[in-house]
Amino acid sequence: MAFFLEALLGGLMAGMLYSLVALGFVLIYKASGVFNFAQGAMVLFAALAMARFSEWIPAWLGLDDKFLGNLIAFVLSAGVMFVLAWLIERLVLRHLVNQEGVTLLMATLGITYFLDGLGQTIFGSDIYKIDVGMPKDPVFLFEGLFSGGVLVNLEDVYAACIAALLVVVLSLFFQKTSTGRALRAVADDHQAAQSIGIPLNRIWVIVWFVAGITALVAGIIWGSKMGVQFSLTTVALRALPVIILGGLTSVPGAIIGGLIIGVGEKLSEVYLGPMVGGGIEIWFAYVLALVFLLFRPQGLFGEKIIDRV
Amino acid sequence: MFYRENGQFKTSYRKDQQIFTITQDRWAILALVAFAFVGVPFLVDEYMFRAILIPFLILSLAALGVNILVGYCGQISLGSGAFMAVGAYMAYNTYIRIEGMPLILALLSGGFFATLVGIFFGVPSLRVKGLYLAVATLAAQFFCDWTFLRVGWFTNHNASGSVSVANLNVLGVGINTPLEKYLFCLVFLTVFGLLAKNLVRSAIGREWMAIRDMDVAAAVIGIRPVYAKLSAFAVSSFIVGVAGGLWGFVHLGSWEPAAFSIDRSFQLLFMVIIGGMGSIMGSFFGAAFIVILPIFLNQFLPFAGSLLGVAISTAAVSHAEFMIFGALIVWFLIVEPHGLAKLWSIAKQKLRLWPFPH
Repeated sequence: MAFFLEALLGGLMAGMLYSLVALGFVLIYKASGVFNFAQGAMVLFAALAMARFSEWIPAWLGLDDKFLGNLIAFVLSAGVMFVLAWLIERLVLRHLVNQEGVTLLMATLGITYFLDGLGQTIFGSDIYKIDVGMPKDPVFLFEGLFSGGVLVNLEDVYAACIAALLVVVLSLFFQKTSTGRALRAVADDHQAAQSIGIPLNRIWVIVWFVAGITALVAGIIWGSKMGVQFSLTTVALRALPVIILGGLTSVPGAIIGGLIIGVGEKLSEVYLGPMVGGGIEIWFAYVLALVFLLFRPQGLFGEKIIDRV
Repeated sequence: MFYRENGQFKTSYRKDQQIFTITQDRWAILALVAFAFVGVPFLVDEYMFRAILIPFLILSLAALGVNILVGYCGQISLGSGAFMAVGAYMAYNTYIRIEGMPLILALLSGGFFATLVGIFFGVPSLRVKGLYLAVATLAAQFFCDWTFLRVGWFTNHNASGSVSVANLNVLGVGINTPLEKYLFCLVFLTVFGLLAKNLVRSAIGREWMAIRDMDVAAAVIGIRPVYAKLSAFAVSSFIVGVAGGLWGFVHLGSWEPAAFSIDRSFQLLFMVIIGGMGSIMGSFFGAAFIVILPIFLNQFLPFAGSLLGVAISTAAVSHAEFMIFGALIVWFLIVEPHGLAKLWSIAKQKLRLWPFPH
C-alpha cells in the first residue's frame, strides 16, 4: 500500500509538471489556433537563459546573495522570453494569418529548430545547473499509518506547489484582469474580438509571452531536477498526450490531463513495465490518450467538434 | 516559344486520359527518366551517389507515400518514421529468416507489414481529426521505437541492438557499388512514382481528395470515409515501408531504431509541405531540398567563415545549421505556403506565354 501511494504521489508530481508544459500549448492554441510544437524548445531556451544568467550576473555585479542573483536572472530571462514572443509574432505569425493548421504547425517546427540552434549558440551546449535553493532531501510521510511511511522527495513537493501556484495566478489573470478578458474573447472568436477593437497582434504577443513564462517556470523546475541540457526538449513530447487527453482548448483539461498522464505513466511503469521489459512510459501515455480519444474525440474538456457541410 | 499546346487535339479517350496531356511535358519527363538511368551514372562520382543521390531517391519515395496520406487524403501523420522502421525491420526479418528469400520480395513484404501497422494506427482517424490525429499518430512512432529497441525478436536477438545486411543481390546481380544501389533505388522510385501518379488520378484518388476537402460532404455524396481513409493509410504506409526497407538495406546497410526516430517523421513532413501538398512532383522537390540543404550548409558555412576571416568551430557550424534550417523553413512557409510545386506550375504558366507579354 505504501509502495502504491509512493508511486501515486510520484505520478501526481510528475503530472503537475506535465500540466505546466501542457498549459503553454493550450494557451497558444486557444488564442491563435497555432499548435505550438516549439514549446519544448522554448522550455530549453528559457532554462538555458536562466541557468547562464544566474551564473553570469553574480560574476558581473559581484553579488554574493544567491536569491538576488536568481531573481535578477529570472527577470532577465522573462525579458528574453518577451523579446522572443514579440519577434515570433512580428516575423512569423503575422505573415501566416489564415493559413491551414498544418502549415502553422510546420512553422513552429521551424521555430523549434531555430531556437535549438540559437539557444546553444548564445548560451553554450554543455549541461548547466540551475540552483534556486530547492531542498533535495527525501522525507517520510504518514509514518503512523504505514510501517516505514511514504517516501516523498521534498523537491517534488515544492515543484508541485510552484506549478499549482502558477496555475492559480494564470487563472486569476485570465478571469480578473481586462487583458485576460481580451485573451478569452480572442480565444472564443477571433473576428468578433477584432470587431470590438481588441488588437489581435498585441494579444498574440501577450499569449506567447505568457506561454514563455510557463516555459521558463517549467524549465527551471525540470532544469533543477535533472540539469539544463538538450533532452529538456523531449519534455514537450511527453506533454503532448496530456493536451489531447485534456482537450486542446481547455485549461482545466491540461491540468487534469497532466495528472492522469503522470499517474498513468508512473503506475504503468511500476506495475506493467517489468512484465514487458521496461521503458514503456514514453508510449504508454500516448496509447492511453489514443484509447481515450476513440471514445471522446475532443478530449476530456475540449469543445465539442461540430462538422458542418 | 517551345512550350505551346496549340494544335494538340485530344481526339480519343485514350489521349484525353494520358498522364501528361501536353506533348512537351511527356517528352521532357521521358528525357529526364532516361537521363537519370543512362546519363547520371557517367557524370557523378561515388561521393555524390552515396551522400546525395541515393538518400534523395529513397526519401523522395518515402515523401511520395507521406504525400498520399497528408497531401491527398488530408490526414496529418507524424508517424511516418515508424512505418519506415516497420518496413525496414520486417524486411530484415523475412530476409534472414526465410532461406533464399529474394531481396525484392523481402522489401515488398516489409511494405506489406508496414501496411498492416499503418491500417491499425489509421483506425483512430475514423474518429479523430486534424491536429488531434497528428498527435495520435505519434503513438505509432513511440510504440515502434520502443518495440524495435526492446523486443529481441525483431533484431534477431542481436546484443548491440543494431541489425545489418550484406551481399545484396537481385537474380544474381550484386547490389553493392554505389552505382548499382542508385539504379536499384531508381527502378523502385520510377515504378512507385508511376503507380502513385495513376492512383491519385483514379477513382480512389478522387475519393481521397474529396475526404481531404470536406469529409462530411464526401460522406454525404456516398464516399465511405472508412474505406477511403484506411486505403490512404494502407497505400501510404506500404510505400513508406518499402522506402524504409530501402533506407535500411541499401543506404545504411546496418541500422538501429534511431535511424527512424521522430526526427525522420518531421523530415518527411517537411518534404511534403515544402515540396507541395497534394502533388507528386512536389514530393521530389521537397526531398531534394531537404536532402541537399544540410549538406550545402555544412560545406558553405566554414567557407563563408573563412572568407570573413573567422574560424567557425564544428559545434558552431552545427548550431548555425539548425538556425538557418529553421529560419529557411519559416521563410519558405511565409513566401510560398503551397510549396515548390506551386512555383513549378507558375513557371510553366509563364513559359506558355514566353517571350510574349500576353
